[in-house]
Amino acid sequence: MSRFLRNQGWVAGLFALLIFLFVVTKLIQPGYGSGDFGSLARAVLPYAFAVAAQTVVVIAGGIDLSVAAMMALTSVTAASMMNGASEEYALFVVPFVLALGLMLGALNGVLIVVTRVPDIVVTLAMLFVLQGAALLVLEAPGGAAAEWLKASVIGTVPIPGLPDWADAWVPKALVLLLVCLCIVWIPLRRSRLGLSIYAIGSNELAAFRSGVPVARTRMLAYALSGLFAALGGLSLTISTGIGAPIPGPYLLASVAAVVLGGVALGGGKGGLLGPIIAVFVLRLVRTDLTLLAIDPNVTAIIEGAIMVAVVMFGAFITMRSRPAGATS
Amino acid sequence: MTDIATMPQPVSFGRRLKRFMADRPLIPLIILLIILVVILQILRPGIVNERWIANTAKFAIPLAILAGCQTMTMLTGGIDLSVGTVATMSAFIMATQIVNQDPAVAFLLAMLPALLIGLVNGIGVGVFRVHPLIMTLGTSLIGTGFLQVYQRTVIASGAKIPDFLNWLGTGLTYGFPNALFLFMPVAVLIVFMLNRTGFGRLLYAVGDNERAARLSGVRYWQVITALYVLSSLLAGITGLLYIGLIKAPSLSLAEPLVLPSVAAAVIGGTSIFGGRGGYTGTIIGALILTVLTTLLTILQMPEGGRRILFGFIVLFVTAAYLRIVEER
Repeated sequence: MSRFLRNQGWVAGLFALLIFLFVVTKLIQPGYGSGDFGSLARAVLPYAFAVAAQTVVVIAGGIDLSVAAMMALTSVTAASMMNGASEEYALFVVPFVLALGLMLGALNGVLIVVTRVPDIVVTLAMLFVLQGAALLVLEAPGGAAAEWLKASVIGTVPIPGLPDWADAWVPKALVLLLVCLCIVWIPLRRSRLGLSIYAIGSNELAAFRSGVPVARTRMLAYALSGLFAALGGLSLTISTGIGAPIPGPYLLASVAAVVLGGVALGGGKGGLLGPIIAVFVLRLVRTDLTLLAIDPNVTAIIEGAIMVAVVMFGAFITMRSRPAGATS
Repeated sequence: MTDIATMPQPVSFGRRLKRFMADRPLIPLIILLIILVVILQILRPGIVNERWIANTAKFAIPLAILAGCQTMTMLTGGIDLSVGTVATMSAFIMATQIVNQDPAVAFLLAMLPALLIGLVNGIGVGVFRVHPLIMTLGTSLIGTGFLQVYQRTVIASGAKIPDFLNWLGTGLTYGFPNALFLFMPVAVLIVFMLNRTGFGRLLYAVGDNERAARLSGVRYWQVITALYVLSSLLAGITGLLYIGLIKAPSLSLAEPLVLPSVAAAVIGGTSIFGGRGGYTGTIIGALILTVLTTLLTILQMPEGGRRILFGFIVLFVTAAYLRIVEER
């Protein structure tokens, strides 16, 4: 129970930090309005999916180094398929790319289970494989995205009964993000599979002895991660209009946000909400630093320092709250 | 019936071979290396000559030293992903400071960030008990940021590669690459340290069972801090060597070596969970990866195909090696 409280406390603290950052942003730039919030949500979209992909795997006690490469591959696949194709064709492309991500993620899981090689090595090898595949699909940035897909992240969602000024604060990108995450996450969290994912992350041996199908659960966790990564890749293509075969900075960012979001790297603890808020916090810090006209290169230093400081702080708290010597 | 029971069962040749290999884990690795070289010779008759060997050694040495950093940290159950950034920083600082500084001062300035990053890594992992993956990713992010800021302060003064590093990186003495003058002592030192000194024993002990090591009086944080400082300093020296080889200071100089260095250590039989492995295997792992890269280049595949093969081969070799070593 105290652990539950502590985890929720972490998420609440993060949320307070986010609100505080919004206030700071408004103070720095009094003109910061709904439009800027919309572009923040658009910028967060691929990061948030990358973080979701990483979160599922980390909760299951693993790590996925191939997230960014998977996003690059799905992004170029979508972009090259939609290049010169009709608008309706995209209706076929989206499910195809999602299925591709699901399968590649499952492949990660199968390789881990079958070869018994540590997950960090398997996903590292898959990083090279997926990067290579992305380069084979599209050698240089290019391709296209369907107009209706591009439109799906720009602008706001009109909600009946809400005044226009409030409506302006509901960007489509944010709604899209929340809908996609909820559709997958909430049923999962309530299902037997979700419980199994937490169980194998928490204590694999205990899970195995209680009859949890460890191998199958691990494969499914990686498959879900692949699905989220594919969503991230799609959102990259949608928001840029092209696909780029070189992976972005999403691997590092996803691990950072997962840790910031209160998910223990050992597995079995945390949820999806914390990491998603953490992504917003990290992006908003970047926005603020840009608004303060701070050199973008210094921004990298500050981001890294925040990440390290927060992680150290979190580790310190965990250490203090446990009896000495009981650290595993 | 009775004489079958009393007769000693003849052990099949395959099983004996397997046991032989499991007892000497280096032998399958060396066989693999020889097979790769033979394939190379068959594909391009005459390519394997003195010059080729010297060239391969030149490119394998920086990778092997960085993989040494990974081996040592992996023995304690950690990983050091900041080696690429550290190597790049020391190389870049050396190349820019040598322009108007004494070589000795430039060297000290170049090693300073390595020392600092190693110290921060060590304290973070050892004292605050942050996950090494996160800690070293974070410090590498910070390091890259500092490097970008630093780059702009020295843009006017330009950069040059000191003659000494040129000699070390690319020169040959009687057909042997000069880099061996650096590598031999480093390799001997690491092997000696891991096998014959108390510090080496502590690394294995901490990686094998941290709790037991601590209960028997090992000062965990001191060992870890010393380890990460050592790893960082080695990475810094590798950077100096690498800039002499590549001759083009850039902000992502040694970054492409990071993941292969992890792969080299894993192929060489060091367990990523700690407690098992050694440096000789890692050196052969680095050689295998270098020869493999040459092989894939010679096949004249597209870049994408090469990466796919590279990933799958790393995975396959690791899995096969685990099978051989574990079935005792």
